[in-house]
Amino acid sequence: MAELEQRGDRTPVPSKWDYASAPESREIVTLAERYGLFIGGEFVEPRSGDYYETIAPADEEPLAEIPQAGAEDVALAVSTAREAFEDGWSAAAPAVRAKYLFRIARILQERSREFAVLESLNGGKPIRESRDVDLPLAAAHFFYYAGWADKLEYAFPHRRPKPLGVAGQIIPWNFPLLMLAWKIAPALAAGNTVVLKPAETTPLSALLFCDVLRQAELPPGVVNIVTGDGATGASLVKSDVDKIAFTGSTEVGKAIQRELAGTGKKLTLELGGKAANIIFDDCALDQAIEGIVNGIYFNQGHVCCAGSRLLVQESIYEPLIEKLKRRLTTLRVGDPLDKNTDVGAINSRQQLDKIEELVAAGNEEGAEIYQPPCRLPEKGYWFVPTVFTNVAQSYRIAQEEIFGPVLSVLTFRTPDEAVEKANNTPYGLSAGVWTEKGSRILWMAQRLEAGVIWANTYNRFDPASPFGGYKESGFGREGGLHGLEPYLDFREDSTEVTRG
Amino acid sequence: MLVLRLLEDQIERLRHAVAPSAQHARGGGAEARRVVELGADEVDMVVDRGAFLAGRYAKVYDEIVQVKEAVGETHLKVILEVGELGTYDNVRRASLLAIAAGADFIKTSTGKLSSSATLPVTLVMLEAIRDVFDETGRRVGMKPAGGIRNAKQAVQTLVLVHETLGLDWLTPDLFRFGASSLLNDVLMQIRKQKTGRYQSPDYFTID
Repeated sequence: MAELEQRGDRTPVPSKWDYASAPESREIVTLAERYGLFIGGEFVEPRSGDYYETIAPADEEPLAEIPQAGAEDVALAVSTAREAFEDGWSAAAPAVRAKYLFRIARILQERSREFAVLESLNGGKPIRESRDVDLPLAAAHFFYYAGWADKLEYAFPHRRPKPLGVAGQIIPWNFPLLMLAWKIAPALAAGNTVVLKPAETTPLSALLFCDVLRQAELPPGVVNIVTGDGATGASLVKSDVDKIAFTGSTEVGKAIQRELAGTGKKLTLELGGKAANIIFDDCALDQAIEGIVNGIYFNQGHVCCAGSRLLVQESIYEPLIEKLKRRLTTLRVGDPLDKNTDVGAINSRQQLDKIEELVAAGNEEGAEIYQPPCRLPEKGYWFVPTVFTNVAQSYRIAQEEIFGPVLSVLTFRTPDEAVEKANNTPYGLSAGVWTEKGSRILWMAQRLEAGVIWANTYNRFDPASPFGGYKESGFGREGGLHGLEPYLDFREDSTEVTRG
Repeated sequence: MLVLRLLEDQIERLRHAVAPSAQHARGGGAEARRVVELGADEVDMVVDRGAFLAGRYAKVYDEIVQVKEAVGETHLKVILEVGELGTYDNVRRASLLAIAAGADFIKTSTGKLSSSATLPVTLVMLEAIRDVFDETGRRVGMKPAGGIRNAKQAVQTLVLVHETLGLDWLTPDLFRFGASSLLNDVLMQIRKQKTGRYQSPDYFTID
């Protein structure tokens, strides 16, 4: 242990106490040098012939070569999914669909360590989070929707839900496997087939998931995975799918909506956010501090529902900031595969640039910056957990989504002012309310324009609970019963019911 | 009720973080004064949970003040018996009350109840100590007791102390374990580190 230091006549105290590193082994993951596109149950070479390199953001180590699917590849994936839909999947007994989903859920649990390590390696998130949050939740989503697969007529009484056909799904890089689960589980439960495009920077867990699909003996073509950048996503949006589900930036979401306008294709969008995390003076302060930290530094702040705007009641502003600053000094930033790490690597150079740009803007506009003393690794993409105080509602750091470990602190005096400030944003994905007074929680929840409102907690997810946004944070819900609706066709309802 | 501890022949063991059996006595300040006169250099007392849970905080407070006055400079350790307090709010309230009344140390439990020094309870008490230090500069000690049975749990608790109160508290003056079964596990782990093999628990005496 540490050296001791004599201070006055007291018993000596240790002069420092560093924690040893506790790295999770990478051995469990076996990577191929080069991957293919997963179409019709097989890895196939891309017709485009193009590949790109995917790296570990923590040290920029190249991990594998990933195909860049072109329009032709996407069209092949979609027609394969179409055949699979028509040749059996849409007619399969609902209990059979449930069987496959249960199998996938169980295999994910069995291989959870492998997936957790890969997720941290390719995405940069701490193993503690991929192990304790991403993987359990991903498996839980498959279990949850497996349960609905043969109960759709009870889920929507007096309606005759039918699958849509082929769902095109585009997911982000912040929760690669979890977003895959959010997309694929309800789509399959509802009887659709799928073409999914993982994010450009984090394709590996989706490619490993193909192995799970084969292990589960899911019929070929029911799930197809095409990798690539934004161009691949654009091809998928333009392709012959019946529905697009997109999670990502508001900018891209708007482009997709424009593209799909008038085509009759269904669309759900889960976009950006700039959530207010509202702290009242009667809250349990130390608990709220943990909630604030979890709200903004969880997954390096790469969370669309991150509590990035902290609204603090003026009467507790000073003690709260003191406590928050002190708490930041105990956050450990570093190797994502270390089990002690709290904050991992920024996902990509591009994202790091964006964070740095907005932080510079915050400094320029006159906000006061605080960053705890912190040694960052030399290689890789890193950003110190940051708090801005003295922030005005008009600053860019209070308006724009930073998508990084950067918190902007604002104050309020009355609940009305809190609501007004919280809602003064084009986004409306989530919000947090911290108070020991139950009636105030309900009063706030009625007035906040946000799809998810957490009370005395933050970033808590459950497959049974619908998730989605208001305003420019998107539309449609994922999770819960609501999450099935976007994958079902109710159009022949009235005739069916009349005839029946 | 007061639990008074005569330490004459037990000081050495306490320094090794072993909780010896306690002697029970009644009589408040007078009793406390007598044991100090007999040579005790630490006095333990348990808060009156009946009064506390009934909301008679003044009674609890006065009792601690009386004992503190009686023992003078002698170390006063106030045991909250958190297993009977029911909520974290109560743990926090009892901690602050004991500290305000003059406790030099706050301790989770007598060890007579099964579950007591859980990590969350310990954290709440450490936070109370930290907040008092921030406001007044006064350093109050902490002793989690009951429930810490092995070295791994002890390390978790030490990390909690380190991250909540810092290095200054990582000294027997301000932090101690009250866990008789912990010592043998620590000895067993040390032996394992040295030899690479676990020994039978029978090689470690139980007193």
